[in-house]
This record gives sequence, structure tokens and C-alpha cells, in this order.
Amino acid sequence: METRAIIETKELTKIYNGDVAVDHLSFKVDEGEIFGFLGPNGAGKTTTLLMLLGLTEPTSGSVRVLGLDPTRDPIKVKSAIGYLQENMGFYSDLNAVQMLRFVAELNCLSGSEISGRIEDALDKVGLAQESQKKIGAYSRGMRQRLGFAELLIKDSKVAFLDEPTLGLDPDVTNRIMELIEGLCRERKMTILLSSHLLHQVQKICNRVGIMIKGQMVAQGPMDRLAKEKLGIGHEKFSLEEIYMKYFQEA
Amino acid sequence: MHVIKVIIKKELADHFSSYRFVIIFALIAMISLISAYMVGLNIRQQLEGVAKPRFIFLMLFTAPGAMFSLVQFVAFFGPLVGLILGFDTINRERNEGTLSKLLSQPIYRDVVINGKFLAGLTMITIMLVSIVLVITGIGLLVMGIVPGLEEIWRIVFYLIISIIYISFWLGVAILFSILFRSTATSALAALAVWIFFSFFVSIGANIVANAVTSDPSPGNPEAVLQQAKIIRGFKLISPMELYTDATATIIDPLRKSTRSFISVGPLENISMSRFSGPLPLSQSILIVIPYIISLVAITIICFAVSYTVFMRQEIRSL
Repeated sequence: METRAIIETKELTKIYNGDVAVDHLSFKVDEGEIFGFLGPNGAGKTTTLLMLLGLTEPTSGSVRVLGLDPTRDPIKVKSAIGYLQENMGFYSDLNAVQMLRFVAELNCLSGSEISGRIEDALDKVGLAQESQKKIGAYSRGMRQRLGFAELLIKDSKVAFLDEPTLGLDPDVTNRIMELIEGLCRERKMTILLSSHLLHQVQKICNRVGIMIKGQMVAQGPMDRLAKEKLGIGHEKFSLEEIYMKYFQEA
Repeated sequence: MHVIKVIIKKELADHFSSYRFVIIFALIAMISLISAYMVGLNIRQQLEGVAKPRFIFLMLFTAPGAMFSLVQFVAFFGPLVGLILGFDTINRERNEGTLSKLLSQPIYRDVVINGKFLAGLTMITIMLVSIVLVITGIGLLVMGIVPGLEEIWRIVFYLIISIIYISFWLGVAILFSILFRSTATSALAALAVWIFFSFFVSIGANIVANAVTSDPSPGNPEAVLQQAKIIRGFKLISPMELYTDATATIIDPLRKSTRSFISVGPLENISMSRFSGPLPLSQSILIVIPYIISLVAITIICFAVSYTVFMRQEIRSL
């Protein structure tokens, strides 16, 4: 079965004040998959995501999201992508309902359906009890869950999740992972997931890409990478081993 | 069109719920109330038993009360309102990481600054209109005089010019909030600009004029004239001067020119008093039109600079 590439970059490069943040990056994410976007801190993952969103202009190379160029067609691209940044970026003096309503209105959802959607989404992520509390008083896990409520409301085709499990306790981490799987399974979202929890990534991702110092050193299904790096016969490989191997080589 | 309304709505809600705004508003309302009351009492005492002159209502705005008139007050402290409303518009969002959230929604970048500017403009309008209404109300109570139609028109024009003037400072503040990452830096930079234009330009104008002209003694009228011209030209780089000149003839129909008077001999004074009737509104407007246009122009320039800088800026989440 031929799958359509939702995200495709070719020789994508970004130079910040002489520093190369992303170096001739070429990769592909197919429709309906969860792509694990791995790499050490400062490898250029966030910069790549910002370029995919059209918030940062590439120095050279090309980006296609759903066949569109994010710098030329920012509105179409941004309405197709739900982006969860590392710190979530919620207004701390709004409560959950006000925040979600603001996002929904910016996405031009019609007024009548907004309230229902917000209620459903908050229910789904388990924040219905706390919906009238200011976001400033939320714990990290709650903010993260609110981020997923936003994704549910926006109901976009693609979701970029930038370290959604950073600094969370194991229980919340598991719930977040379930939410991610649910988005992919039930809503057919294509997900680009950046994370350091390799064990979790191994469980839910179809394919992974490992980015080190601005370059994609490996990408593909995990068992193939295991074969290439760890040798055949390694039945029970772990993503961590593969990752460390690449990391040491770089 | 829909999206900008959403942003304006949110910004207005933010402004109204912020303590910062409540404090400025309380301060300004208090000062204008007190000064209007004092002026009203003064005028009433002075006019006791005298036939009431025309345009007495406008004196509420121009006659100095305890310390200064409302017109002077707005010229001097109005900029502060604009600066306070705008100095952390963009960099606060950047620091809290909400800017990238906002921009990752399907909206154009310019909508963000347009929306924020328009929300600030709405705040300024509400503020000035309510202050003028309060003063009008007090004037009615204290002096018992109803403003004439022309006076109302003059007040409306005065309001429009004042709104443009304060919006200029709002634009300056937004520009600084785009240029500087830290809110403290942008606040201080904006304050520095305000102080420079409010105090130093007029001092500087005198120094420059003194340095350039030769001996401006009363026996040398050409030098006096030249010096006055230089001071004036130099002062015009200050938006405060533009504003004071623009409102001068609007709010005070007895003034025929925006120029400050050079003292002349008693004979000239007598001959000038023959023409001391008030100017009609249309003539007053004609005199101040260039100043209004300059004010609008510098506001647009300031906004255009913010616009281009913001469009080119990198958005990083951290």
C-alpha cells in the first residue's frame, strides 16, 4: 500500500548567527504514523519543528507539509497542524475554558460548537473538575493534559509534540502516551513526537529518526535500525541501545 | 477580520483586569476631577458680576487649576499612559512562551500587532472620552453653563488629536517591546525617549539657538527673530510640541497662531487687540492641520518600523 508523505524535507538547513542549527536535513513522515523524533538536547529538533510550522524561515532547502510550503501558505499549514511546544505557552491568568475558547476562536470554529467541544475535550483528558481554575495554578501534568485538550479541539490532521512528557511522573507519562496513541488510532492523526523517554517511544512509534548536531543520522522502522546497528539475531533490542550507539559514533 | 476581533477582545479583557490599568485610570481620573473642580471654582469667582465671555466652557480645559490645565496635563502625562499600555506587549508574550503558541495558530503575524495596537487605541479612547465627560459634567455643575455647539465640536477635535498623540506613544512602546527581549529594558528605553522629548528638546533648542545666533539684544530685532525661529524649528522634532501646537488653537479660539508670542511694544499690543475676536472653528482647524498630519505621520512611521521588525523576527520558544 502506498502511503502519502505528510511531511517531507529536503536538504533543510538553518543557520542562526553563523551557527548551524539544522544541517541538510532530509526526512519523511507518512500519513497516519507516529514518528519518533529523537536526539540530544540542542540537536535542532525544535528549530526543525518551527521551520515545519513556518514560524522560522529556512536558510536553504525545502519543506513540504501536506504538499504545501509553510513559508508561502502559512495559514493553511498552521490550521492543519496542532503544535504543542515544550512549555505549552498557556496564558497563566486565563482558566482552562477561556484558554481553549481563545484557541478555538483563533481557529475560526463556529461559536455554537465551541462550548460542546471544550467540554468533551476536558472530559477526555480528565480536567473537567479543574476547568474553572487559572492555568497559572496548574501542575505540570495538568498543563500537559490541557495541551492535549487543545489538540482535540483543533482536531488537526497533524500534531507536533515537542517533549510532551518532560518532567512528568510515571503515571501521567503513561496517560499522555495513551492519549497520543488514541489521537493516532481514533482521529487518524499523523504525529511527530519528540521525546527522551526511549522506552515509551519504542512502545508507540512506528518509525524513528535520530537527529544529532543538526543532522539526521538514522531514520526508519526500529527493527531495521536494530538490524543495522546491533547485528542480526538481536530479537529483544531496545531503542536505547540503538540510540546510544549512534550517539557515541557522532 | 474575525481573528483580529478575537485578539482585540482578549487584549481588552487583559487590560481591564490588570491592576496596572486600574491604577493609571484612578490616578488620571482623580487629577482631572480635582483640577476641573478647582478651575471651575476659579472661573466662577472671577466671572462674578461680569458679563460672561464667549467660549467660557473651553476655559475649563485650558485655564490652569491648582497646578496646570487639563490640556497641559494630557500633553505631559498622556504619553505615560501610552507607554504603560504598550511597553510589554510583545516581549511579555515572548518571555512567557505564549507568543509561539499564538503564532502557531492559523493567523498572520501582523494580526497580532494590529490587534494589540487597536486594543490599546480603544483603551486610550475610552480613557480620554470619560475624562472629558467627567470634566464637562463638573463644569456644568460648578459653573452652571451649557457648552455651545461650536465648543462641543472643538472638544471633539481636541479629543481626536489627543487620541492620535497618545497612540503615537503606544506605537513607540510597542516598537520597544518588539526590539528588546526584557520588559524592564523596553520600559526604561520608552521612558528615556519620553523624558528626552519632554524636557531635553526644549532645553536643547535654546542652547542651539543661542550658539547659532549673534547677540539677540532688543536692539537687534533680526537676531531675536532668527533665534525664535531656530528654537521653534528645533522644538518641532518633539511630538509633545506638535501636540501642544495642534491643540492650542483648537481648544482656545482666541489664539490665531500656533506660535508663541514674541513680546512686542505697547503700540503693537494695542493694534493686535483690535483683532482679538475668536477664530471660527474652520479657521482654527486650517491652522492646525499640518500639525495633525505630522502627528499621524510619525505614528504611522513608528508603526511601520515595528511591523517590519516583527515580521522578520525569529520566533523561538525559549
